[in-house]
Amino acid sequence: MSTTSTALDALNPLKKKESAGDGAGSHILVPGKLDISHKVILYLDSITVSFDGFKALNNLSMEIDAGELRCIIGPNGAGKTTMMDVITGKTRPDEGRCFFGQTIDLTRMTEPEIAHAGIGRKFQKPTIFEAHTVFDNLELALKTDKSAWHSLFATVNDEVRDRVSDTLRTIRLDTEAGRPAGLLSHGQKQWLEIGMLLIQEPKLLLLDEPVAGMTDDETARTGELFKSLAGKHSLVVVEHDMAFIEQLGGKVTVLHEGSVLAEGDLATVQNDERVIEVYLGR
Amino acid sequence: MIRTPFIVRFFSATSRRGWIGLGFFSLITLVLMPLLHLALPEGSTFHVSGYVITLIGKILCYAIVAVAMDLIWGYAGILSLGHGVFFALGGYAFGMYLMRQIGRDGSYKSDLPDFMVFLDWKELPWYWAGSDSMFWSIVLVLVVPALLAFIFGFFAFRSRIKGVYFSIITQAMTYAFMLLFFRNETGFGGNNGFTDFKRILGYGITTPEMRVTLFALSALTLMAVLVLGRYLVTSKFGRVLTAIRDAETRVMFIGYNPLWYKLFIWTLSAMLCAIAGVLYVPQVGIINPSEMSPANSIEIAIWVAVGGRGTLIGPVLGAFIVNLAKSYFTVAFPEYWLFFLGALFIGVTLWLPRGVVGLWRTMTEKRIAR
Repeated sequence: MSTTSTALDALNPLKKKESAGDGAGSHILVPGKLDISHKVILYLDSITVSFDGFKALNNLSMEIDAGELRCIIGPNGAGKTTMMDVITGKTRPDEGRCFFGQTIDLTRMTEPEIAHAGIGRKFQKPTIFEAHTVFDNLELALKTDKSAWHSLFATVNDEVRDRVSDTLRTIRLDTEAGRPAGLLSHGQKQWLEIGMLLIQEPKLLLLDEPVAGMTDDETARTGELFKSLAGKHSLVVVEHDMAFIEQLGGKVTVLHEGSVLAEGDLATVQNDERVIEVYLGR
Repeated sequence: MIRTPFIVRFFSATSRRGWIGLGFFSLITLVLMPLLHLALPEGSTFHVSGYVITLIGKILCYAIVAVAMDLIWGYAGILSLGHGVFFALGGYAFGMYLMRQIGRDGSYKSDLPDFMVFLDWKELPWYWAGSDSMFWSIVLVLVVPALLAFIFGFFAFRSRIKGVYFSIITQAMTYAFMLLFFRNETGFGGNNGFTDFKRILGYGITTPEMRVTLFALSALTLMAVLVLGRYLVTSKFGRVLTAIRDAETRVMFIGYNPLWYKLFIWTLSAMLCAIAGVLYVPQVGIINPSEMSPANSIEIAIWVAVGGRGTLIGPVLGAFIVNLAKSYFTVAFPEYWLFFLGALFIGVTLWLPRGVVGLWRTMTEKRIAR
């Protein structure tokens, strides 16, 4: 198998140039392929979104590095969820650019295309398929050919079962595999949704209030999980729970009225005059 | 690991219990009823009359429509209130063939169908070309409603029109088609539609043998639709459909494009309705634009709701319950039928949200719990 693939690579001029170019410090752009050669996985550049004159996002610019674990905080209405809507293609920005890596323009793609490119999103309210079993939830999310034609003939084989079981263990739901997802506790639903993200094998995970409604123990375990994911994946976590953000320990961005107010580690941000003013009121 | 051949997976989607049920069903509809109709003299106590055969045959066609409706409403959460249009289009496409089969036996003794002579038309309109061929009319049946469904569905689903808005446009669509077919100039017999059929493939349409053949074909088609439906809803495709019904945004964010899933099941559902229309028209002997009236399409939804959405046997039961009640009521208390239908719908919505099948399941679950 490996000999044929190298033989094929040699015949493929694109691939050949790419491998030759790597050594020379330059590279070829491959359409549709995530390019993180500049260390940045997500660029938001002067994004503005208005709803009936109200600017939910106002000239927002931000960069997320590959492998980074970034926390985003901000009072209600700061634009955190709208920002995620823009990244995942749910909302189109009025102005500004939004790139995944160097080459993938997210503002021109549909939600499923963005998911395929490698961005997974967890919603504020756990969004799972309540009528399906826990196993089926993960099986549907599993990274595979997701065309209607393929689904008509697809089977659940051993490879699928193995991958689902692995994820079930990661999210500690292996004993619940056969239960309808609607019967899970709130915290378990949150974990299931996180599991559905993981099994998609995304490069970037957007997590909107992932520990809301979890017990302290569950929150701590979620924190551990996220920290173990960082490095291999990039994570953007929107949270209100300061203790959880402290546990995660990444860089913190404060959003206010649709733009970035402050950025830095948690201690710096917490001592920032403007942040204190926004949070404690005027 | 050896992959199970598709054909085996297709048929094994229906459970052993399902196959036993289908076996009983075929015994009754393919052997017993035809024999009791053909072999016994009319005076005999066990003779099944032509009226009963035609009535049940008609309801079998309705049951196919109900299952088709349930595939999109019960499983994909898309309520169509215009499914009558696909049923009627199938009926009309086959009706054209039946009209040509009349030949010169019509009232005007002309090669043209009677209504065209009446309108003083000298030749067949271009879209009647090939209508004397059974094969071509079957092609039309499969292609025309599917094409309409595909184009309508593509724009509606691509624009993400959902819920009650979708239901309203489907209603408008069937209404528009009804008005179109009411016009004499449309070339489908205006408000009288097609009737007075004489033959299929040269065989008399009113003979007991033909009646039984059409009846058995309807039963076979219903069983085939149930087996196909069982495969679809137990496949991964079916799991994605119910996921779209329950949380469409999540489906999109894990990388499925709901458009093609909805479009496939929507178009398939329309085709199944058209096939039911083909079997229906020769049995009742008439097709006219009233089949496209919005009320007819709403009635389809009621069959499914009464029987139980999201199950395959439910719509079949619903179609039988409502239509048997209808044929009793419209004879016994003709003026109260619509009140009864309305009351039935309200009652089911209030007390039996999962229909008759849901009631049965609740009862058996309770018995097991005790």
